[in-house]
Amino acid sequence: MIPGIEQLKARIEQAVPGARIEIVPNGSPSNQVSLLLDAEHGFAVAKFLRDDPELKLDFCSNATGVDWPGTVTKEKVKKTVDGVEKEEIIEKTTPGCLEAVYHLFSMTLKQGPVIIRMRTENRVDKVTLPSLTPLWRSCEFQEREIFDLFGIVFSGHPDLRRILMWEGFVDYPMRKDYVEPDDYEYEPTPHAAVLEKAKHHLPSQPAL
Amino acid sequence: MTLQDSHNGQMKGDSTPFEGSKTRFIPSKAPEYATDLEGDLLEVSMGPHHPSTHGVFRMNVVLDGETIVKLKPYFGYLHRNHEKIAESNSYLSAIPYTDRLDYICGLTNNWSYVVAMEKLLGLQVPERAEYLRVIVGELTRLFNHACLAGFLLQDMGASGTPLMYAFREREYILDLFESLTGSRMMCNYMRFGGVRCDAPAGWIEQAKSVVSKFPKFLEEFEALITGNEIVRSRTQGVGVLSKELAINAGITGPMLRACGVDYDLRKVDKYSIYDRFQFRVPLGEHGDTFDRYMIRILEMHETLKILEAALRDIPAGPIIDPKAKLRNIRPKVGEAYGRTEVPKGELGFYVISNGGATPYRFRIRPPSLINLTILEDLCVGHPIQDVVLILGSVDIVLGEVDR
Amino acid sequence: MLGLGIIQGLIETGRNFVGSYFKPERLTTVQYPEERAKSFEASRTIPMLVYDGEDPNKGLRCTACTICEQECPPKCIYIVKDTVKKPDYLGKMQMQPKIFDIDISVCMGCGICAEVCPFESIKMDQVFELSTNDRFGSLLLHKHQLAKSNSYFNKICPTQAAEIDANRAADVHKAELKAKADAEAKAKAAAAATTNAAAGVAAAAAATVAAPKPAPAPAAAAPVSKPASAPVQQAKPTPSTPASPTPSADKKP
Repeated sequence: MIPGIEQLKARIEQAVPGARIEIVPNGSPSNQVSLLLDAEHGFAVAKFLRDDPELKLDFCSNATGVDWPGTVTKEKVKKTVDGVEKEEIIEKTTPGCLEAVYHLFSMTLKQGPVIIRMRTENRVDKVTLPSLTPLWRSCEFQEREIFDLFGIVFSGHPDLRRILMWEGFVDYPMRKDYVEPDDYEYEPTPHAAVLEKAKHHLPSQPAL
Repeated sequence: MTLQDSHNGQMKGDSTPFEGSKTRFIPSKAPEYATDLEGDLLEVSMGPHHPSTHGVFRMNVVLDGETIVKLKPYFGYLHRNHEKIAESNSYLSAIPYTDRLDYICGLTNNWSYVVAMEKLLGLQVPERAEYLRVIVGELTRLFNHACLAGFLLQDMGASGTPLMYAFREREYILDLFESLTGSRMMCNYMRFGGVRCDAPAGWIEQAKSVVSKFPKFLEEFEALITGNEIVRSRTQGVGVLSKELAINAGITGPMLRACGVDYDLRKVDKYSIYDRFQFRVPLGEHGDTFDRYMIRILEMHETLKILEAALRDIPAGPIIDPKAKLRNIRPKVGEAYGRTEVPKGELGFYVISNGGATPYRFRIRPPSLINLTILEDLCVGHPIQDVVLILGSVDIVLGEVDR
Repeated sequence: MLGLGIIQGLIETGRNFVGSYFKPERLTTVQYPEERAKSFEASRTIPMLVYDGEDPNKGLRCTACTICEQECPPKCIYIVKDTVKKPDYLGKMQMQPKIFDIDISVCMGCGICAEVCPFESIKMDQVFELSTNDRFGSLLLHKHQLAKSNSYFNKICPTQAAEIDANRAADVHKAELKAKADAEAKAKAAAAATTNAAAGVAAAAAATVAAPKPAPAPAAAAPVSKPASAPVQQAKPTPSTPASPTPSADKKP
């Protein structure tokens, strides 16, 4: 039986000392809460979840990536300077992160799901997460897809290369700030959005 | 079910020479190969334009003679990025796009998405809608398995005859779908909290007559195929998948049950009203191609039982939850993962909502993609003609693999 | 015996082949284009705009509310509203579209536009012989090509069209009754005003109280048409915000 989320967290912390786990609540009626793991102990926690005889989560059903772009919030703070009260606007920026979410089930004990998440530190250069492919072979193609479409680099993956986009493709299409290229093959359809974009890109192209 | 030793051709691992042949032909076993012919390994790209790869699918195979040494699959030729399109359209507009994932079984894809959304929105589905969903879902399973058997035989060289028999039965079912939903394949039928429209007058009777004619077709089909020696010798012992590897690689659906693992989401999750129907889950013993084919034939028999019960017991009533909205759906901030047993395996949808009118993240967990993970493991050591059969028994549809 | 399975298979194919000459259920195709396969009432291919009566310009039911444009998944509908208004079937002045274009090379045939239309104006047609020899222009259908009469709609979807016609007739009937009742009330109030005017100033004050009352009534006589057909439809004729990605702050759990 899978225990409640608090007990599960306690058991994992007991089994993998040093792991920092947070419970991520879920506001919708689906009530699927998830556990946020840190990147250093992620692999050990996942191994415990797979091998523990009461949980036996041997089936990783879904591995996916989510993009949380950075936010800029402005706050008004009152400060006294030389006895005069002034209001200052302070900007707080969060760097944003990329997240990998795994849904784990158990085929032998027919239970689940247990949802675990791991986040990178930022979206620019520190984008490495441990790969769970050595534990569950089903993550092989899905982690390749996360690498291809989001840009998370999985360390320990046996064959990390692009899967859906072609080799030599540069950007990461599923990120929120992805800009589509506008140099498609030119075909004047009535739905001529492509034509408009191509016109801006190559102003000297003669009209066909 | 064992291989019949009744013909003297080349069998896997067997090195008896051809009777009456003048040259001594020794088949090679990968990875150690002993041959008195010096040769190089040949790398060939099967696809993406290939009649037997079920779509635009490419496999780079490294061959030693005719035996496969390495195999690497490449796909992405049909990538249309439904996940990104859904992020800029409303929740309702994603339903026609789900039809186009596994384009043969459009209705069961719809069902999986609305199950996930009903978890996210907290909607209750009325009885009649559940029965209608089960009926169309099981009809889809029926013709998907029949078409798979037909396609497998076509890959073996039967040139389309069994395929056309399967398609003849499929035509009756597609007529049913057209009179109910308006379209043969891209049905766009399920809605959050129910279904789009009710069955017209006389539809249930017509469905009952189609279901009552189906066992006769199954008998014809089985007489045509299952006793056929060519089918048996080409599929038995080919592409054996072990239980442990199947569970670890996340294989689901008939491919998993052919290895002997009892995991059918209709019995495990008991979603919709499946706990009311009496049906068995067939399990295979060897995990080879013949088992995967036979599992599907047996599942068709069980599906007919479900259909007869559902068509008999369908009640009258409303077809959609009165709290369900069509336009301007704004779920609460949160996420949901919903999955159903489609004919190919487990199709899951993971939807994250940030309170707006469009999804924040829309993830499709495709069974065909995950089932392809172990393609290399299954094919190494077999001659190249078995690759086509193994790929046919995995039952992929490229619309789902690439989305 | 080796080959028994193959021989049984050949018997099956032989039975199917010979049987197709004698039994109709074994013959599964029709000779197109001499015969056409039957289509059902619910079949849908591309949208059409329904107009009442004979003149598409006067009887077009569309009021250019642009709900179908917002809900269309591949965004293949393009509507431009006209400045001139025209009366609808109840006599109320409604907007109309100046341009209504559908790009059928992009249209998915999903039917969502027909499902969300509050005015029963855009419906799904059953034509499938849509090929043209001009790839870039002829696949963009304009308002006059999309407009099909209500009698055609009755022919292809009899039960649905009959239900809609019955509802619209009931609405017209209700509006007529209300207009008659209001006219009677107005006549009574006018008669009361003339008898009281001779009675003096206090009566004149009562008449001024009575006079404004009939004035708002005719304006409310024509109710906004609400489709009463399927319980599935949610009638909200006010255009809501378009379905674009909201730039709101994202969730940070």
